[in-house]
Amino acid sequence: MNRRNFVKGAVLGSATTILGTDIVFSALIPKGYQPLLLQDPDPFKMFNLDKGMVVLNNKPWNIEAKAHLLDDKITPNKYMFIRNNGLITETIDASNWTLTIDGESAKQQKTYTLADLKSKFSQYTYQLTLECGGNGRSEFDPPAKGNQWTVGAVSCATWTGVRLRDVLEDVGVKDDAIYVGYHAADVHLSRDPGKEPISRGAPMPKALQDETLLAFKMNGEDIPIAHGYPLRLVAGGWPASVSGKWVNRISVRNIVHDGTKMTGNAYRVPCNPVAPGDKVKDEDMCIIESMPVKSLITYPKSGATIKQGKQLNIRGHAWAGELEVSNMEYSIDFGATWNVCPIEKPVNRLAWQHFSASIDFPKKGYYEVWARATDSRGVSQPMLLPGWNPKGYLNNACHRIAIKVG
Amino acid sequence: MEDYEKLAKSAKQIRRMVLTIFLVFIAIAGILVYLLIDPTLSAFKSNEPAQEYIKVQDVDEEDFDKIENGIHVRTGFIAAQGLTEVVNNCTNCHSSQLVIQNRMNRERWIATIRWMQETQNLWDLGNNEEIIVNYLVTNYPPLKMGRREALTNIEWYELRD
Repeated sequence: MNRRNFVKGAVLGSATTILGTDIVFSALIPKGYQPLLLQDPDPFKMFNLDKGMVVLNNKPWNIEAKAHLLDDKITPNKYMFIRNNGLITETIDASNWTLTIDGESAKQQKTYTLADLKSKFSQYTYQLTLECGGNGRSEFDPPAKGNQWTVGAVSCATWTGVRLRDVLEDVGVKDDAIYVGYHAADVHLSRDPGKEPISRGAPMPKALQDETLLAFKMNGEDIPIAHGYPLRLVAGGWPASVSGKWVNRISVRNIVHDGTKMTGNAYRVPCNPVAPGDKVKDEDMCIIESMPVKSLITYPKSGATIKQGKQLNIRGHAWAGELEVSNMEYSIDFGATWNVCPIEKPVNRLAWQHFSASIDFPKKGYYEVWARATDSRGVSQPMLLPGWNPKGYLNNACHRIAIKVG
Repeated sequence: MEDYEKLAKSAKQIRRMVLTIFLVFIAIAGILVYLLIDPTLSAFKSNEPAQEYIKVQDVDEEDFDKIENGIHVRTGFIAAQGLTEVVNNCTNCHSSQLVIQNRMNRERWIATIRWMQETQNLWDLGNNEEIIVNYLVTNYPPLKMGRREALTNIEWYELRD
């Protein structure tokens, strides 16, 4: 290698490291052209995020909200967590974007342009809760490997698109189909073109639900690039990794999809409960499907001080994966007593629900307000960490905020 | 007389040939000397990366290795024995932040390295593996958190509404 070019490469490479950005296909960038990411390395500007969002990892991008930022009933882009497994490609051309349906259990291979999808099939809009399977991972002991999400890897935006079911019916699906797996345009961290950063999916019954969409709009606009522009599979209520971004191919499988992050211990928990820190064999790990019941106090921000005698109004959201939240309670005495508070019905299935309460405090002092949701099968959030698992998934322990009455 | 003219003509031809050979030799010598100085002929190349790329970021060598309050500024890593090996081997694919967030014991850091080697194209770390693992276990060991931690770092504010 030419020494001078090597030095230049190293300078540019280290510049991108410092800027925290990644230029995929940088060899194709025209001479003298400064890519957007270099001109504007600030992720808050690049992804139009609120300054309060927390960057956990800049390569790949992993950014979460804080509880009080999620107060809106419909999460706007600026407060939506970003969980990327690979690098966002720089070369997205929506006008030439295609979606191919293939796989052992597809009756034919068929390719659609975005225009085909929009014109051939009816469009639907739903509010869908997307929560990262690893939301809350930071609390597990012993610690679990991966991005250390606290509470903010959840959102409920409005998604518009066509039903995956309608597209699969148009293609034709064989009787032996059991799973769909997506493939997408993102690039592996090692830049190995033979590797996919992530290729997950869902069993046929989930794929065929009314609310499982091939979406091209989020909150009424083109999907932001970080959330899968121009096409995203959206399957609310399941780990958000099922909702593949930048999707360009969906395979109908006669086996459980075996793409990247479907196997090993990725997005899997022990089939039977284990002690914290136990080693679990791959064959004893089961794929996560519906996310568990959970809730978040989004108002006020933790740390509020109020005058004695004043009521505290709280509000927040609750969700329960495939199920509905049927009961909502709060406690100001660490769970010794619980008070029921009203919980709204979901706007549609798989949308989060809203609760609110007005709280009186008996005397001065330090309090914590704990919130606890119960799903339609009577299962509640635990106050302590739920079952330990090697990758730290499914922490749905009660959220709480600190309050001082003075 | 004719022979003399013939001889003079031949001598002229030989002189010209010697001169040509000499010039060719000088030219070759010149090229060789230039190649010694610039073996890749970079002076003739015009397809070098544009200067703008370099101007984007003024990284001087000092900032590259700068350490402040025990932290390697560029990556955020704790400055300790093994830092260089960790920076060189662990920040090519993912950011340093992914390492810093995580806390594991020796066995699990090694298992993580194996997983990256088996599935993520990480290379064989050779003798550096022990240095890297020692660095990680020393600086990023597991912390005891129990079944639920107390709320910490609360930013108190007066709520008005």
